[in-house]
Amino acid sequence: MQNDTDARLRRIRGSARPTRHNARTIAALTGNPGCSRRTIVDTAGVDKEKLARHIGFPSRFGQSEFAITRTNAFQTLLRADDYAELTRLLREVFPEAPEQIQYLDLEATDNTDAQDQRYARDQALISQAIAGNTGATLFDHPLLSLNVAGQNVYLEPELLVFQYGGSAYVVQVRSFAVIDGQANGENVGQAALQAAGYVLALRQTLGNPDAAPPEVLLICPKDFSNVPTITRLDIRWQLIAVEYQLDRLTHIDTLLDALPPHLNLDLGLDASGNPTRPATELIDALRHLPARYFPECLSNCDLAFFCRHEATGHTAALGRSVREELGGIETIAEVLGFAEGTVAPPEEWDEAAALLRGAAWLYAESVAAAAYSGESAALGPSRDSREPERGVS
Amino acid sequence: MSVITAYARARAVAAGVAQPIATVRHVHLAERPLVFVPLTLAGEANAPLAAMIGTDAEKPTLLTVPQPRNRDLRFAFAARLADIVVPYVDSFSHEVEPLRDTVCAVDAPQLIVPNPMGIEFTRLLGRSTRFRRTDGPYAVAPGVPLLGRWLTYFAERAEHPGSCALLALTDALSLHWATGQSALEDTNLAALMAWIDPPAESSGAQAAREAENPKVWPPAGPATDPEFDNQVLAPLIRAYDTSAPDSPARQRALDELEQALASQLEPTWHLMWRGIAHLRSLPPGVSVAGRWAADRRAFTDFHRYVSEGGAPQPRRDGAVAAAYRLNLLERARTTYEAERAFDDPLVMATHRLTGEAFQGTVVSVDRERRVPNEKGNLVTRPLVTVHTKDPVRLPAGAKVAAATRRSQTGLIVSVETVPDGTLVTLELSGGMGRAKVPPPGSVPALDEQLCYSGVLPENIPSPALPPVEETPWTHGGPPQPYEPSDEDAAEVWE
Ligand code: SF4
Repeated sequence: MQNDTDARLRRIRGSARPTRHNARTIAALTGNPGCSRRTIVDTAGVDKEKLARHIGFPSRFGQSEFAITRTNAFQTLLRADDYAELTRLLREVFPEAPEQIQYLDLEATDNTDAQDQRYARDQALISQAIAGNTGATLFDHPLLSLNVAGQNVYLEPELLVFQYGGSAYVVQVRSFAVIDGQANGENVGQAALQAAGYVLALRQTLGNPDAAPPEVLLICPKDFSNVPTITRLDIRWQLIAVEYQLDRLTHIDTLLDALPPHLNLDLGLDASGNPTRPATELIDALRHLPARYFPECLSNCDLAFFCRHEATGHTAALGRSVREELGGIETIAEVLGFAEGTVAPPEEWDEAAALLRGAAWLYAESVAAAAYSGESAALGPSRDSREPERGVS
Repeated sequence: MSVITAYARARAVAAGVAQPIATVRHVHLAERPLVFVPLTLAGEANAPLAAMIGTDAEKPTLLTVPQPRNRDLRFAFAARLADIVVPYVDSFSHEVEPLRDTVCAVDAPQLIVPNPMGIEFTRLLGRSTRFRRTDGPYAVAPGVPLLGRWLTYFAERAEHPGSCALLALTDALSLHWATGQSALEDTNLAALMAWIDPPAESSGAQAAREAENPKVWPPAGPATDPEFDNQVLAPLIRAYDTSAPDSPARQRALDELEQALASQLEPTWHLMWRGIAHLRSLPPGVSVAGRWAADRRAFTDFHRYVSEGGAPQPRRDGAVAAAYRLNLLERARTTYEAERAFDDPLVMATHRLTGEAFQGTVVSVDRERRVPNEKGNLVTRPLVTVHTKDPVRLPAGAKVAAATRRSQTGLIVSVETVPDGTLVTLELSGGMGRAKVPPPGSVPALDEQLCYSGVLPENIPSPALPPVEETPWTHGGPPQPYEPSDEDAAEVWE
């Protein structure tokens, strides 16, 4: 069965090399678990960025070289002199840890075919360290695997794992600053969510849910400097969320079964890696994969501009909360039809339609009232403008 | 988000142009606001790259940092920015009017940035400059620490609901217009303006898509377009770095950098003034002047504090100060919400739809009703019954006030459903003077149209907090007044 699925996913991807999942893609996927399009495309390892560009909806996740330079400099600084900075930081969190931390850089020299072997090696190394419970070991770039939609996938090894006291801690390096002990909430939230993916992967890789504690050691630059600072972050909540959403992902086999048998997203790359397949064919194929667009996709998914275009006229394109306020009604045409009473709502929409009619009536009345009173809006009951907090008493 | 705004967004999609969600302006717009469009270097915590700033749409000042990683150049930027911001701020301190036993400035400074990220930039720039010293080994220009205090002041005011000392233009516009796109997309100033004021012969949707193209509309900052960074900015910074000081090559690099950065800032600069003009076209809400008065008072106080040599704001508030502040902000929020609804029927519509407010006609009045209060004295408490077709969800005992009679409170006595609507009976107090019989006009009259709202400024009781000096040790103990240390003054900013 697994082989069938593998073969099918390979066919969908076509000739190209698979792209790997990473913490970001897992977080994005679990952020929109209802989207089969993304689940299939990601699980098949299709290069979404290339795909989007080829069909005329290029994404805009370009990185500035300034940001890249700074990130690289920070990463280098942490690893310089045999991981001296990292050692110092980890011992800040675990003062009892030995002064000498063993470190192992597991980074591969680009040889994707040997992934399985590499994974087996990394798994064995970390397991042994935990079982031995000796000293402290830092694993740099270990390859982990996670079950996504019923398929085991390898995660881009963008993390460090620190073994100490028989536990394996996920260490993540981020380049956003922690200023006066506080960082941008959104950045921290994202980092925590992504770390959750790695903790789950680590647990799965080690076959032991207790091996990786529900926390992440987050390393960021401090204040306006390049000096690293470490924060121990509780991610229990994020773990529950990511695990729950991973569970909600429809099993890839079920998704594949619903597709036309010959459907594929082969870009037909030529020798220099440029797509040759007609874009219309790819668009046709994509349309067979049910999407679920929300504006959040714009910051999470390479296909967002395509999906947004497709979702034109749908309430979801205006945002989750707008859609909810509109009673979950799918299309703008229905919303306006119900609101203006030009379309009779089916019974299940009765309540939502009544609310919309009320909204439409009040909206028209209020706009008209304001237009009628015209400039007199400024002549309303005057209040002493020097006493703002007196208000209504 | 409310059903009314969601509905307005749906309408905007169909109409191809943004729909109003306010009939009056809820923000104060100063006569001469200081418009500030900052750019930052990608990847850095807070490395100013350039800014366009000024009070005159026709005469912006362009500030640039040719090598944003260079500390001296950063402080040179901060000093030049201070030379603009500090005199602007000071110019409001001269004209004052009496207020109780003190005085209050008759007008106050207002900073307008493109978006909420611009506010965050302002806050961080304030943080990285306010502790600096003008003497000693790490001396900076005299204006720099002052700039830091003022930028911090603006950023702190921005957290205060209803304050207009520092506005993000996208927020201010979104408060008044609903577009046919999502709130997330509305944070792009160019796309938002495309919906609000689409070019002739283009729909808002079309114009917004075009506005998202960074090549056509450079981002409104502080983040720059990565492609601009890689293709234009990086080579120019390298040219600057590799040229000898005072050489023609360096001058060329500087000129080109200025040009390139101006090209990124100018479209946003003009957009800012267009957006502001658009907002100005709305008549101000009744409560706007009152809220601005609070900004004027805050400005007056802080200006006095700064001119008396006050220390920079601490890195973090102490526990008690933080709790007070939260309480204050929460109170400001409920007041702001109540006032906005009172000022604007379209905002009130949201509360009417949810049954927290109702509009109707007075069908009976008992003007001279007098009842004993708790002390046994007779007080005037007229009864008024309003007939409404709105779906009333306010229970008996709820407190309401009318948009047109804000100083009078109504206590709901009964809510009765009748065949063609609802009858709500209210007991009124306040706003009637001291006479036994309320003077004419002080109580609603028969057939008067009224809108009563239960969304009122909440009287959130101040938490029983100890005085600051008695902060318990569990909350860090009494905070030491913040004295910037040598370390603060020398703090790296790289
Ligand atoms: S952009 Fe499209 S494919 Fe990607 S998650 Fe959103 S709906 Fe799914």
